[in-house]
Amino acid sequence: MRIELERVSHTFGDGPTPRTVLRDVTLTLTERRIGVIGHNGSGKSTFLRLLNALIVPTSGRVLVDGLDTARDARELRRRIGFLFTDPDAQIIMPTVSEDIAFGLRRSGLSHEQVDARVRDLLVRFGLDAHAGHPAHLLSGGQKQLLALAAVLITEPLALVMDEPTTLLDLRNAAMIGRVVADLDQTVILATHHLDLLAGFDRVLVFHEGRVVADAAPAAAIASYRDLMDGER
Amino acid sequence: MRASSLGLFRPGHSPLHRLRPGTKLLILLVLGAASVVTQHWWWAVAILILGSMLAYRVAGWGVRLWWLQLRPLWMLLAFTAVVHALTSGWQRSVADTGTIVVLVACAALVTLTTPTTALVDTVVRLAAPLSRFGLDPERVGLFLMVGIRCVPLVAGLAQQVREAQIARRATTSTRAFVVPLVVRSLREADALGEALVARGIDD
Ligand SMILES: Nc1ncnc2c1ncn2[C@@H]1O[C@H](COP(=O)(O)OP(=O)(O)OP(=O)(O)O)[C@@H](O)[C@H]1O
Ligand SMILES: [Mg+2]
Repeated sequence: MRIELERVSHTFGDGPTPRTVLRDVTLTLTERRIGVIGHNGSGKSTFLRLLNALIVPTSGRVLVDGLDTARDARELRRRIGFLFTDPDAQIIMPTVSEDIAFGLRRSGLSHEQVDARVRDLLVRFGLDAHAGHPAHLLSGGQKQLLALAAVLITEPLALVMDEPTTLLDLRNAAMIGRVVADLDQTVILATHHLDLLAGFDRVLVFHEGRVVADAAPAAAIASYRDLMDGER
Repeated sequence: MRASSLGLFRPGHSPLHRLRPGTKLLILLVLGAASVVTQHWWWAVAILILGSMLAYRVAGWGVRLWWLQLRPLWMLLAFTAVVHALTSGWQRSVADTGTIVVLVACAALVTLTTPTTALVDTVVRLAAPLSRFGLDPERVGLFLMVGIRCVPLVAGLAQQVREAQIARRATTSTRAFVVPLVVRSLREADALGEALVARGIDD
Protein backbone atom coordinates (compact mmCIF):
# COMPACT_ATOMS: atom_id res chain seq x y z
CA MET A 1 0.00 0.00 0.00
CA ARG A 2 1.24 3.45 -0.92
CA ILE A 3 0.03 6.48 1.02
CA GLU A 4 1.00 9.94 -0.14
CA LEU A 5 0.39 13.26 1.55
CA GLU A 6 1.04 16.25 -0.67
CA ARG A 7 1.45 19.53 1.22
CA VAL A 8 -1.38 18.69 3.58
CA SER A 9 -2.62 21.27 6.05
CA HIS A 10 -5.67 21.05 8.23
CA THR A 11 -7.49 23.74 10.13
CA PHE A 12 -10.46 23.11 12.41
CA GLY A 13 -13.17 25.75 12.55
CA ASP A 14 -13.45 28.80 10.34
CA GLY A 15 -14.91 31.12 12.96
CA PRO A 16 -13.03 33.71 15.00
CA THR A 17 -10.67 31.07 16.44
CA PRO A 18 -9.58 28.68 13.69
CA ARG A 19 -7.02 26.12 14.78
CA THR A 20 -4.37 24.85 12.43
CA VAL A 21 -3.55 21.32 13.49
CA LEU A 22 -1.46 20.07 10.57
CA ARG A 23 0.97 22.29 8.70
CA ASP A 24 2.26 21.49 5.25
CA VAL A 25 2.89 17.78 5.73
CA THR A 26 4.40 15.93 2.76
CA LEU A 27 5.06 12.21 3.13
CA THR A 28 5.17 8.97 1.18
CA LEU A 29 4.46 5.87 3.24
CA THR A 30 5.04 2.40 1.87
CA GLU A 31 6.34 0.48 4.90
CA ARG A 32 4.34 -2.30 6.55
CA ARG A 33 4.63 -0.95 10.11
CA ILE A 34 4.49 2.76 10.69
CA GLY A 35 4.38 4.36 14.13
CA VAL A 36 3.17 7.85 15.00
CA ILE A 37 4.21 9.56 18.22
CA GLY A 38 4.09 13.06 19.67
CA HIS A 39 2.67 15.11 22.52
CA ASN A 40 -1.03 15.42 23.27
CA GLY A 41 -2.54 17.72 20.68
CA SER A 42 0.38 17.41 18.25
CA GLY A 43 -1.92 16.26 15.44
CA LYS A 44 -1.56 12.47 15.49
CA SER A 45 -5.28 11.67 15.52
CA THR A 46 -5.99 14.29 12.90
CA PHE A 47 -3.31 12.75 10.66
CA LEU A 48 -4.79 9.26 11.12
CA ARG A 49 -8.35 10.44 10.41
CA LEU A 50 -7.13 11.93 7.15
CA LEU A 51 -5.90 8.53 5.99
CA ASN A 52 -9.33 6.99 6.43
CA ALA A 53 -11.17 9.96 4.93
CA LEU A 54 -12.92 10.62 8.23
CA ILE A 55 -11.77 14.17 7.58
CA VAL A 56 -10.65 15.83 4.37
CA PRO A 57 -7.65 18.19 4.51
CA THR A 58 -8.39 21.90 4.20
CA SER A 59 -5.50 22.08 1.72
CA GLY A 60 -3.29 19.57 -0.05
CA ARG A 61 -4.13 16.01 -1.06
CA VAL A 62 -4.08 12.60 0.55
CA LEU A 63 -3.69 9.70 -1.89
CA VAL A 64 -4.03 6.04 -1.00
CA ASP A 65 -2.93 3.77 -3.83
CA GLY A 66 -3.73 6.66 -6.10
CA LEU A 67 -7.23 7.22 -4.68
CA ASP A 68 -7.90 10.74 -3.44
CA THR A 69 -9.51 10.76 0.03
CA ALA A 70 -11.56 13.78 -0.96
CA ARG A 71 -13.25 11.89 -3.80
CA ASP A 72 -13.07 8.17 -3.19
CA ALA A 73 -13.86 7.98 0.53
CA ARG A 74 -16.10 4.96 0.26
CA GLU A 75 -13.70 2.79 -1.74
CA LEU A 76 -10.87 3.93 0.44
CA ARG A 77 -12.53 2.91 3.69
CA ARG A 78 -13.00 -0.53 2.23
CA ARG A 79 -9.22 -0.76 1.97
CA ILE A 80 -8.31 0.85 5.27
CA GLY A 81 -9.85 -0.13 8.60
CA PHE A 82 -9.79 2.14 11.65
CA LEU A 83 -9.34 1.09 15.25
CA PHE A 84 -10.20 3.73 17.85
CA THR A 85 -8.87 4.16 21.37
CA ASP A 86 -12.11 3.43 23.15
CA PRO A 87 -13.52 0.04 22.22
CA ASP A 88 -16.85 0.94 23.82
CA ALA A 89 -17.37 3.66 21.25
CA GLN A 90 -16.92 1.24 18.34
CA ILE A 91 -18.99 -1.66 19.56
CA ILE A 92 -22.30 -1.24 17.82
CA MET A 93 -24.22 -4.48 18.16
CA PRO A 94 -25.19 -5.99 21.52
CA THR A 95 -23.54 -9.39 21.21
CA VAL A 96 -19.99 -10.31 20.28
CA SER A 97 -20.73 -12.26 17.11
CA GLU A 98 -23.38 -9.82 15.91
CA ASP A 99 -20.92 -6.99 16.30
CA ILE A 100 -18.23 -8.77 14.29
CA ALA A 101 -20.76 -9.56 11.56
CA PHE A 102 -22.06 -6.00 11.45
CA GLY A 103 -19.51 -4.70 8.93
CA LEU A 104 -20.74 -7.22 6.35
CA ARG A 105 -24.40 -6.17 6.49
CA ARG A 106 -24.35 -4.69 3.03
CA SER A 107 -21.60 -6.86 1.60
CA GLY A 108 -23.95 -9.15 -0.31
CA LEU A 109 -22.29 -12.23 1.22
CA SER A 110 -24.57 -15.10 2.22
CA HIS A 111 -25.37 -15.89 5.84
CA GLU A 112 -23.11 -18.94 5.68
CA GLN A 113 -20.18 -16.95 4.33
CA VAL A 114 -20.62 -14.28 7.00
CA ASP A 115 -20.90 -16.91 9.74
CA ALA A 116 -17.77 -18.67 8.53
CA ARG A 117 -15.76 -15.45 8.61
CA VAL A 118 -17.12 -14.55 12.05
CA ARG A 119 -16.21 -18.00 13.39
CA ASP A 120 -12.67 -17.74 12.01
CA LEU A 121 -12.10 -14.42 13.74
CA LEU A 122 -13.68 -15.58 17.00
CA VAL A 123 -11.29 -18.53 17.11
CA ARG A 124 -8.30 -16.51 16.01
CA PHE A 125 -8.82 -13.99 18.82
CA GLY A 126 -9.87 -16.51 21.45
CA LEU A 127 -13.35 -15.04 21.68
CA ASP A 128 -15.24 -18.15 20.59
CA ALA A 129 -16.45 -18.88 24.11
CA HIS A 130 -18.07 -15.42 24.16
CA ALA A 131 -19.76 -15.51 20.75
CA GLY A 132 -23.29 -15.03 22.06
CA HIS A 133 -22.40 -12.91 25.07
CA PRO A 134 -23.24 -9.24 25.46
CA ALA A 135 -20.24 -7.32 24.12
CA HIS A 136 -20.19 -4.87 27.03
CA LEU A 137 -19.48 -7.68 29.50
CA LEU A 138 -16.06 -8.41 27.96
CA SER A 139 -12.89 -7.17 29.63
CA GLY A 140 -11.19 -4.09 28.19
CA GLY A 141 -8.61 -6.17 26.34
CA GLN A 142 -11.27 -8.48 24.93
CA LYS A 143 -13.33 -5.49 23.84
CA GLN A 144 -10.38 -4.11 21.91
CA LEU A 145 -9.87 -7.56 20.33
CA LEU A 146 -13.55 -7.56 19.41
CA ALA A 147 -13.22 -4.10 17.88
CA LEU A 148 -10.21 -5.31 15.89
CA ALA A 149 -12.07 -8.44 14.74
CA ALA A 150 -15.00 -6.25 13.69
CA VAL A 151 -12.66 -4.22 11.51
CA LEU A 152 -10.81 -7.22 10.09
CA ILE A 153 -14.00 -8.95 8.95
CA THR A 154 -14.20 -6.68 5.93
CA GLU A 155 -10.65 -7.75 5.00
CA PRO A 156 -9.00 -4.34 4.71
CA LEU A 157 -5.52 -4.05 3.24
CA ALA A 158 -4.34 -1.67 5.93
CA LEU A 159 -5.28 -0.72 9.47
CA VAL A 160 -5.06 2.67 11.08
CA MET A 161 -5.00 2.52 14.88
CA ASP A 162 -5.32 5.49 17.19
CA GLU A 163 -3.82 4.61 20.57
CA PRO A 164 -5.42 1.15 20.67
CA THR A 165 -3.80 0.31 24.02
CA THR A 166 -4.18 3.56 25.94
CA LEU A 167 -7.18 2.38 27.96
CA LEU A 168 -5.76 -1.08 28.64
CA ASP A 169 -3.67 -2.45 31.48
CA LEU A 170 -0.08 -3.51 30.78
CA ARG A 171 -0.93 -7.15 30.18
CA ASN A 172 -3.70 -6.39 27.71
CA ALA A 173 -1.63 -3.70 26.03
CA ALA A 174 1.15 -6.24 25.47
CA MET A 175 -1.39 -8.76 24.20
CA ILE A 176 -2.80 -6.27 21.66
CA GLY A 177 0.78 -5.42 20.71
CA ARG A 178 1.45 -9.07 19.86
CA VAL A 179 -1.78 -9.36 17.88
CA VAL A 180 -0.88 -6.25 15.91
CA ALA A 181 2.62 -7.58 15.23
CA ASP A 182 1.11 -10.73 13.72
CA LEU A 183 -1.28 -8.96 11.34
CA ASP A 184 -0.67 -9.42 7.63
CA GLN A 185 -1.98 -5.94 6.92
CA THR A 186 -0.09 -2.69 6.73
CA VAL A 187 -0.43 -0.97 10.12
CA ILE A 188 -0.22 2.73 10.91
CA LEU A 189 -0.39 3.16 14.65
CA ALA A 190 -0.31 6.18 16.95
CA THR A 191 0.60 5.50 20.54
CA HIS A 192 2.07 6.76 23.78
CA HIS A 193 3.18 3.20 24.59
CA LEU A 194 6.59 3.47 22.96
CA ASP A 195 7.48 -0.19 23.47
CA LEU A 196 4.73 -1.13 20.99
CA LEU A 197 6.93 0.30 18.28
CA ALA A 198 9.72 -2.26 18.60
CA GLY A 199 10.08 -3.95 15.25
CA PHE A 200 8.31 -1.14 13.36
CA ASP A 201 9.82 -0.08 10.05
CA ARG A 202 9.38 3.64 10.45
CA VAL A 203 8.24 6.09 13.12
CA LEU A 204 6.98 9.64 12.59
CA VAL A 205 7.26 12.22 15.35
CA PHE A 206 4.62 14.94 15.25
CA HIS A 207 5.10 18.28 16.93
CA GLU A 208 2.70 21.18 16.62
CA GLY A 209 1.29 19.81 13.39
CA ARG A 210 4.59 19.07 11.65
CA VAL A 211 6.60 15.91 11.21
CA VAL A 212 9.80 16.80 13.07
CA ALA A 213 11.44 13.38 12.90
CA ASP A 214 10.99 10.45 10.56
CA ALA A 215 13.26 7.51 11.23
CA ALA A 216 13.63 3.98 12.55
CA PRO A 217 12.02 3.49 15.99
CA ALA A 218 15.13 3.97 18.14
CA ALA A 219 16.20 7.16 16.41
CA ALA A 220 12.67 8.58 16.29
CA ILE A 221 12.05 7.87 19.97
CA ALA A 222 15.39 9.50 20.81
CA SER A 223 14.42 12.69 19.01
CA TYR A 224 11.00 12.61 20.69
CA ARG A 225 12.82 12.51 24.05
CA ASP A 226 15.12 15.35 22.97
CA LEU A 227 12.06 17.36 22.07
CA MET A 228 10.75 16.90 25.60
CA ASP A 229 14.11 17.78 27.18
CA GLY A 230 14.41 20.85 25.00
CA GLU A 231 11.14 22.17 26.43
CA ARG A 232 12.27 21.90 30.03
CA MET B 1 -27.53 -4.81 36.45
CA ARG B 2 -25.42 -2.13 34.80
CA ALA B 3 -27.32 0.49 32.85
CA SER B 4 -25.29 -0.44 29.80
CA SER B 5 -27.19 -3.70 29.43
CA LEU B 6 -30.58 -2.01 29.60
CA GLY B 7 -33.07 -3.62 27.23
CA LEU B 8 -30.39 -5.69 25.54
CA PHE B 9 -31.28 -9.11 24.22
CA ARG B 10 -31.10 -11.95 26.75
CA PRO B 11 -31.10 -15.42 25.25
CA GLY B 12 -33.84 -17.83 26.31
CA HIS B 13 -36.33 -20.41 25.11
CA SER B 14 -39.62 -18.90 26.28
CA PRO B 15 -42.66 -18.61 24.01
CA LEU B 16 -41.88 -14.90 23.76
CA HIS B 17 -38.37 -15.67 22.51
CA ARG B 18 -39.81 -17.99 19.90
CA LEU B 19 -42.43 -15.56 18.63
CA ARG B 20 -41.45 -14.00 15.30
CA PRO B 21 -39.98 -10.50 15.62
CA GLY B 22 -42.58 -9.15 13.20
CA THR B 23 -45.39 -10.49 15.39
CA LYS B 24 -43.90 -8.90 18.47
CA LEU B 25 -43.59 -5.56 16.74
CA LEU B 26 -47.19 -5.86 15.58
CA ILE B 27 -48.38 -6.56 19.13
CA LEU B 28 -46.43 -3.54 20.32
CA LEU B 29 -48.05 -1.43 17.62
CA VAL B 30 -51.53 -2.67 18.55
CA LEU B 31 -50.81 -1.97 22.19
CA GLY B 32 -49.74 1.56 21.32
CA ALA B 33 -52.92 2.14 19.36
CA ALA B 34 -55.08 0.55 22.06
CA SER B 35 -53.57 2.75 24.74
CA VAL B 36 -55.30 5.72 23.15
CA VAL B 37 -58.57 4.09 24.19
CA THR B 38 -57.57 2.35 27.40
CA GLN B 39 -56.14 5.45 28.99
CA HIS B 40 -59.69 6.60 29.65
CA TRP B 41 -60.14 3.83 32.22
CA TRP B 42 -57.65 3.57 35.04
CA TRP B 43 -58.61 -0.04 35.76
CA ALA B 44 -57.94 -1.07 32.18
CA VAL B 45 -54.46 0.42 32.46
CA ALA B 46 -53.96 -1.30 35.82
CA ILE B 47 -54.81 -4.61 34.15
CA LEU B 48 -52.33 -3.89 31.37
CA ILE B 49 -49.62 -3.14 33.94
CA LEU B 50 -50.26 -6.48 35.61
CA GLY B 51 -50.30 -8.07 32.15
CA SER B 52 -46.92 -6.58 31.30
CA MET B 53 -45.46 -7.95 34.55
CA LEU B 54 -46.95 -11.32 33.70
CA ALA B 55 -45.33 -11.16 30.25
CA TYR B 56 -41.92 -10.80 31.92
CA ARG B 57 -42.69 -13.96 33.90
CA VAL B 58 -43.68 -15.77 30.70
CA ALA B 59 -40.35 -14.71 29.18
CA GLY B 60 -38.65 -16.42 32.11
CA TRP B 61 -37.85 -13.39 34.25
CA GLY B 62 -39.37 -11.67 37.23
CA VAL B 63 -40.82 -8.33 38.20
CA ARG B 64 -37.31 -7.20 39.10
CA LEU B 65 -36.23 -7.05 35.46
CA TRP B 66 -39.53 -5.33 34.64
CA TRP B 67 -38.70 -2.63 37.18
CA LEU B 68 -35.10 -2.33 36.01
CA GLN B 69 -36.35 -1.29 32.57
CA LEU B 70 -38.45 1.46 34.13
CA ARG B 71 -36.03 2.64 36.78
CA PRO B 72 -34.17 5.13 34.57
CA LEU B 73 -37.54 6.83 34.02
CA TRP B 74 -38.69 6.87 37.60
CA MET B 75 -38.27 10.62 38.05
CA LEU B 76 -40.31 11.33 34.94
CA LEU B 77 -42.94 8.81 36.03
CA ALA B 78 -43.17 10.23 39.54
CA PHE B 79 -43.46 13.74 38.13
CA THR B 80 -46.24 12.76 35.70
CA ALA B 81 -48.06 10.89 38.43
CA VAL B 82 -47.95 13.78 40.89
CA VAL B 83 -48.92 16.45 38.38
CA HIS B 84 -51.86 14.43 37.13
CA ALA B 85 -52.94 13.49 40.64
CA LEU B 86 -52.99 17.15 41.67
CA THR B 87 -54.62 18.53 38.53
CA SER B 88 -56.97 15.81 37.34
CA GLY B 89 -57.40 13.25 40.09
CA TRP B 90 -55.81 9.93 40.92
CA GLN B 91 -57.70 7.94 38.27
CA ARG B 92 -56.24 10.06 35.54
CA SER B 93 -52.85 9.84 37.20
CA VAL B 94 -52.91 6.03 37.24
CA ALA B 95 -54.15 5.91 33.65
CA ASP B 96 -51.62 8.30 32.13
CA THR B 97 -48.56 7.24 34.11
CA GLY B 98 -49.56 3.61 33.76
CA THR B 99 -49.79 3.91 30.00
CA ILE B 100 -46.17 5.08 29.81
CA VAL B 101 -45.18 2.23 32.13
CA VAL B 102 -46.92 -0.38 29.98
CA LEU B 103 -45.49 0.86 26.69
CA VAL B 104 -41.92 1.23 27.96
CA ALA B 105 -42.00 -2.17 29.67
CA CYS B 106 -43.39 -3.88 26.58
CA ALA B 107 -41.01 -2.16 24.15
CA ALA B 108 -38.13 -3.25 26.37
CA LEU B 109 -39.55 -6.76 26.46
CA VAL B 110 -39.42 -6.92 22.65
CA THR B 111 -35.75 -5.96 22.58
CA LEU B 112 -35.02 -8.25 25.54
CA THR B 113 -36.45 -11.28 23.78
CA THR B 114 -35.31 -10.60 20.20
CA PRO B 115 -31.72 -10.65 18.92
CA THR B 116 -30.95 -7.20 17.59
CA THR B 117 -29.91 -8.51 14.19
CA ALA B 118 -33.26 -10.29 13.79
CA LEU B 119 -35.12 -7.16 14.85
CA VAL B 120 -33.21 -4.95 12.45
CA ASP B 121 -33.63 -7.44 9.59
CA THR B 122 -37.37 -7.53 10.25
CA VAL B 123 -37.65 -3.77 10.21
CA VAL B 124 -35.58 -3.59 7.03
CA ARG B 125 -37.99 -6.09 5.45
CA LEU B 126 -41.08 -4.27 6.69
CA ALA B 127 -39.65 -0.97 5.45
CA ALA B 128 -39.03 -2.34 1.95
CA PRO B 129 -42.12 -0.66 0.45
CA LEU B 130 -40.73 2.68 1.59
CA SER B 131 -38.01 2.43 -1.05
CA ARG B 132 -40.68 3.60 -3.50
CA PHE B 133 -40.59 6.94 -1.70
CA GLY B 134 -36.83 7.14 -1.94
CA LEU B 135 -36.22 5.86 1.61
CA ASP B 136 -33.47 3.30 2.01
CA PRO B 137 -34.91 0.43 4.10
CA GLU B 138 -31.44 -0.56 5.29
CA ARG B 139 -31.03 2.93 6.62
CA VAL B 140 -34.37 2.76 8.44
CA GLY B 141 -33.17 -0.43 10.11
CA LEU B 142 -29.85 1.16 10.96
CA PHE B 143 -31.63 4.12 12.46
CA LEU B 144 -33.63 1.81 14.69
CA MET B 145 -30.50 -0.04 15.68
CA VAL B 146 -28.67 3.10 16.60
CA GLY B 147 -31.75 4.02 18.66
CA ILE B 148 -31.59 0.71 20.51
CA ARG B 149 -27.86 1.20 21.00
CA CYS B 150 -28.36 4.68 22.42
CA VAL B 151 -30.80 3.81 25.20
CA PRO B 152 -28.27 1.90 27.32
CA LEU B 153 -25.55 4.33 26.27
CA VAL B 154 -27.41 7.37 27.55
CA ALA B 155 -28.64 5.51 30.63
CA GLY B 156 -25.04 4.54 31.40
CA LEU B 157 -23.88 8.13 30.94
CA ALA B 158 -26.64 9.38 33.22
CA GLN B 159 -25.37 7.01 35.88
CA GLN B 160 -21.78 8.21 35.43
CA VAL B 161 -22.73 11.87 35.58
CA ARG B 162 -24.78 11.18 38.70
CA GLU B 163 -21.83 9.41 40.34
CA ALA B 164 -19.43 12.21 39.39
CA GLN B 165 -21.86 14.66 41.01
CA ILE B 166 -22.06 12.65 44.18
CA ALA B 167 -18.27 12.27 44.27
CA ARG B 168 -17.84 16.02 44.02
CA ARG B 169 -20.69 16.72 46.41
CA ALA B 170 -22.25 18.86 43.71
CA THR B 171 -25.72 20.26 44.16
CA THR B 172 -28.69 18.24 43.04
CA SER B 173 -29.72 20.95 40.59
CA THR B 174 -31.19 19.74 37.33
CA ARG B 175 -28.85 21.92 35.31
CA ALA B 176 -25.77 20.43 36.90
CA PHE B 177 -27.10 17.09 35.75
CA VAL B 178 -28.53 17.87 32.33
CA VAL B 179 -25.66 19.95 30.94
CA PRO B 180 -22.89 17.37 31.38
CA LEU B 181 -25.26 14.62 30.30
CA VAL B 182 -26.12 16.38 27.04
CA VAL B 183 -22.49 17.27 26.35
CA ARG B 184 -21.34 13.73 26.95
CA SER B 185 -24.23 12.24 24.97
CA LEU B 186 -23.34 14.42 22.00
CA ARG B 187 -19.71 13.40 22.26
CA GLU B 188 -20.67 9.73 22.40
CA ALA B 189 -23.02 10.21 19.45
CA ASP B 190 -20.15 11.76 17.54
CA ALA B 191 -17.87 8.82 18.34
CA LEU B 192 -20.59 6.34 17.41
CA GLY B 193 -21.22 8.14 14.13
CA GLU B 194 -17.53 8.10 13.32
CA ALA B 195 -17.30 4.40 14.16
CA LEU B 196 -20.25 3.69 11.85
CA VAL B 197 -18.59 5.56 9.00
CA ALA B 198 -15.22 3.91 9.65
CA ARG B 199 -16.89 0.51 9.53
CA GLY B 200 -18.23 1.21 6.08
CA ILE B 201 -21.80 2.09 7.02
CA ASP B 202 -21.74 5.38 5.22
CA ASP B 203 -23.38 8.32 6.94
N1 LIG C 1 -13.02 18.30 15.69
C1 LIG C 1 -12.15 19.22 16.17
N2 LIG C 1 -12.50 20.51 16.23
C2 LIG C 1 -11.64 21.44 16.70
N3 LIG C 1 -10.40 21.17 17.15
C3 LIG C 1 -10.00 19.91 17.12
C4 LIG C 1 -10.85 18.86 16.63
N4 LIG C 1 -10.19 17.70 16.72
C5 LIG C 1 -8.98 17.99 17.23
N5 LIG C 1 -8.87 19.33 17.48
C6 LIG C 1 -7.67 20.01 18.00
O1 LIG C 1 -6.59 19.71 17.18
C7 LIG C 1 -5.40 19.55 17.93
C8 LIG C 1 -4.74 18.24 17.56
O2 LIG C 1 -5.60 17.19 17.92
P1 LIG C 1 -5.27 15.67 17.69
O3 LIG C 1 -6.44 14.94 18.23
O4 LIG C 1 -4.89 15.44 16.29
O5 LIG C 1 -3.99 15.48 18.64
P2 LIG C 1 -3.30 14.14 19.10
O6 LIG C 1 -1.87 14.26 18.70
O7 LIG C 1 -4.05 12.97 18.64
O8 LIG C 1 -3.37 14.25 20.68
P3 LIG C 1 -3.58 13.11 21.78
O9 LIG C 1 -2.24 12.52 22.06
O10 LIG C 1 -4.09 13.86 22.94
O11 LIG C 1 -4.56 12.13 21.25
C9 LIG C 1 -5.81 19.62 19.38
O12 LIG C 1 -5.42 20.86 19.87
C10 LIG C 1 -7.29 19.51 19.37
O13 LIG C 1 -7.87 20.28 20.38
MG1 LIG D 1 -5.20 11.53 19.59
